Amino acid sequence: MLNGRTLTMGIETSCDETAVGIVADGRTVLANVISSQIDIHTAYGGVVPEIASRRHLESINDVIDRALREADCTLDDIDVIGVTYGPGLVGALLIGVATAKAISYARDIPLVAVNHMHGHIAANYLAYPELEPPFLGLVVSGGHTNIVRVTDYNACEIIGRTRDDAAGEAFDKVARVIGLGYPGGPKVDRAARQGNRDAIAFKRVYLESGSYDFSFSGLKTQVLNYLNTERQAGREIPVNDVAASFQEAVMEVIATKAVTAAKEFGDDLIAVSGGVAANSRLRELLTQMGGEAGIRVIWPEPVLCTDNGVMIACAAYYNWLKGECADRSLDAVPGLDF
Amino acid sequence: MNRDIRQSFNEVTVCNSEPETEAFGLRLSGVLEAGDVVALTGDLGAGKTTLTKAIARGLGVRETVTSPTFMILKEYRSGQLPLYHFDVYRLQSAEDLYDIGGDEYFDGDGVCIVEWADIVREAIPEDALWIRVGYGDEEETRIYTICNQ
Repeated sequence: MLNGRTLTMGIETSCDETAVGIVADGRTVLANVISSQIDIHTAYGGVVPEIASRRHLESINDVIDRALREADCTLDDIDVIGVTYGPGLVGALLIGVATAKAISYARDIPLVAVNHMHGHIAANYLAYPELEPPFLGLVVSGGHTNIVRVTDYNACEIIGRTRDDAAGEAFDKVARVIGLGYPGGPKVDRAARQGNRDAIAFKRVYLESGSYDFSFSGLKTQVLNYLNTERQAGREIPVNDVAASFQEAVMEVIATKAVTAAKEFGDDLIAVSGGVAANSRLRELLTQMGGEAGIRVIWPEPVLCTDNGVMIACAAYYNWLKGECADRSLDAVPGLDF
Repeated sequence: MNRDIRQSFNEVTVCNSEPETEAFGLRLSGVLEAGDVVALTGDLGAGKTTLTKAIARGLGVRETVTSPTFMILKEYRSGQLPLYHFDVYRLQSAEDLYDIGGDEYFDGDGVCIVEWADIVREAIPEDALWIRVGYGDEEETRIYTICNQ
């Protein structure tokens, strides 16, 4: 406790980022430290040099110390410790899980297991203190593309998911083949603003009627085929137009499906999260389509959209309130579903 | 793989449609055993994940097999054998794969399929089945070449 408030520490090591966050009473961010490798990514032109668990191991203690300093507290003030236990890369997850278990054991602090996907949704609770379930969640990131009905804190039902590539992954790969580099999301977004989104008629993939699932693999192939044809004909690639047309083909489908789902299930609010929530065209389309249907669309600031520890702390707090604590046999579950 | 399953397949298989790729994947799945490693190579969008999906169906995997590019490894345990689906696109070398403990899955209790295997060539077991996925003349055509590394 600090000044009468419950402090939760959240540890996130499911993929590339080593991140630790501290929140007060589940909703107020006191510290948000992310040891990102993005500068290294950029230096290597899009290939991650070291996604190694070793990297998490080297950073984790320092990231925890920095978070405590930023929050101006000590481990004595921490009431709950939450950790991502899946989905993710097993070796990476284990660093966070083992660290959280060690702190929980040494300091006798309740341990809470958090599903990374619930964490992404919880990012919106931090950005919008008045937000409460139920609402429709749209989680779009490098690894996930999901439409879910959020029925309670850390409880949801998946109604749509990708059948092949995640939206963010499609952006990274297309950015690479048109020479925009890493990270693909922001670079395509920026290039698209200078381009014509109607220049190239990439086919929208809606799958069967009534489905909220996604498929982006075919669109990636469409872009590659287009590039091959143009190059073989000796024509210059209009990079900005490709970016704009590709982005439109992805975002139009995502926005249409999310808004249709909200209408079908009677939700008047869509909360977007995950790294792709920062995409300006997705926000525009959702706001416009949602507005026409009387549906409000919200998203957190970018620092809460990408992987972070505060979203894990927030989700952990609500599990803890429900009395859902983990014991020290907690293990990483790489293939954890929602 | 200890027995030489290359004997059961032509060196080159041309599939002119997705159902043909599906059939090829199913046939492959029929000869795979625990501990086998299938090393896939080929350009972006060539269809490495599509072939993996077909092999997975053949192994009886019930979940939707999705791209593991972001996670690097996805595990499926609903089939006759565990399937470990790797995509090392984001890695740089065999060293990176050792770092995440990836090689510990090879020669294990399931079938490993590794997309972009050439990136981690040194980490791939010598008896792995290498398949190169390439484009044909038609948009739908895919050419699968079984090669010795």
